[in-house]
Amino acid sequence: MIFVTTGTQAPFDRLIQMVDEMAPEIEGHEVIAQAFKGTYIAKHIQVLDFLEPKKFKELFDNADLIISHAGMGTVISALTTGKTLIIVPRNAKLGEHRNDHQLATARKLDELNYVHVAFDSGTLVKLTKRLLNEDNSGNPPKVAEFASGRLISSLRKYIHDGA
Amino acid sequence: MDAKKIKILAIASVGGHWVQLLRLRPAFEDSEVVFVSTRPSFATMVEGNKFYSVTDASRWNKFKLVVSFFEIFRIIRKERPGVIVTTGAAPGLLGIFAGKVLGCKTVWVDSIANVEKLSMSGKIAAKVAGRVYTQWEDLAGGKVVYEGNIL
Repeated sequence: MIFVTTGTQAPFDRLIQMVDEMAPEIEGHEVIAQAFKGTYIAKHIQVLDFLEPKKFKELFDNADLIISHAGMGTVISALTTGKTLIIVPRNAKLGEHRNDHQLATARKLDELNYVHVAFDSGTLVKLTKRLLNEDNSGNPPKVAEFASGRLISSLRKYIHDGA
Repeated sequence: MDAKKIKILAIASVGGHWVQLLRLRPAFEDSEVVFVSTRPSFATMVEGNKFYSVTDASRWNKFKLVVSFFEIFRIIRKERPGVIVTTGAAPGLLGIFAGKVLGCKTVWVDSIANVEKLSMSGKIAAKVAGRVYTQWEDLAGGKVVYEGNIL
């Protein structure tokens, strides 16, 4: 199963449409999407509105592949669970966000090999097919459950001793 | 020595901000933590802790900003935490303002998503908060410190 999430803040019709149009090409893989309601009506995939945390986690954990906007919530969840993730950044010029920080975030995370990034539909289809066929799903990176020890101890010190 | 536990109010809005806040939890060990976010259902993610849900707001909606501010102000006045810790976004900044007014120590952790520059809220927080972290080394400077990230 492929789980698609666009976050809960704003619609991301372009991503839902990209995935919906790709669905017939990846037969045998169910696609479930969580999306803030937009205007695009999906024909091939199931689209759900806001999901309770438990339901969200269940779908996330059961997915073979996650496709999402470049939201850090999803990125971090994928990194902690060792899930393969493709992100499609929102583009402010297309009215998908108020600014283009998702493009910058996506480029940086791509550079650090934390995620796979698709800026367009062609790349998304190619990446999806490749990652679904790879035995190791492209060896997704995994991070620990909590923040780096350095940040934790600095914050702790400030909480207890800071001015 | 005062053996009394420090009380921390940890606040972040829905999405990546909230996920990043939860990753800071080891820093809150031995403290009493009150969590605040913008979805009532998030209470289930911090079971065993007190949780409040407030109105989500952004600088694009001034009315909601005011509503959210007063909700947060009321919670802080009631809970009387010693420290406010936030990972953003706007409700977190409101928490910093309210906490400042009510005499709390305040900490802003700018989201790891801000890779090229500090967020707009982070820049404002840098003027007000006691401690401001960026998660990218090249963005540190002045009052903004880098001490690793939430990964």
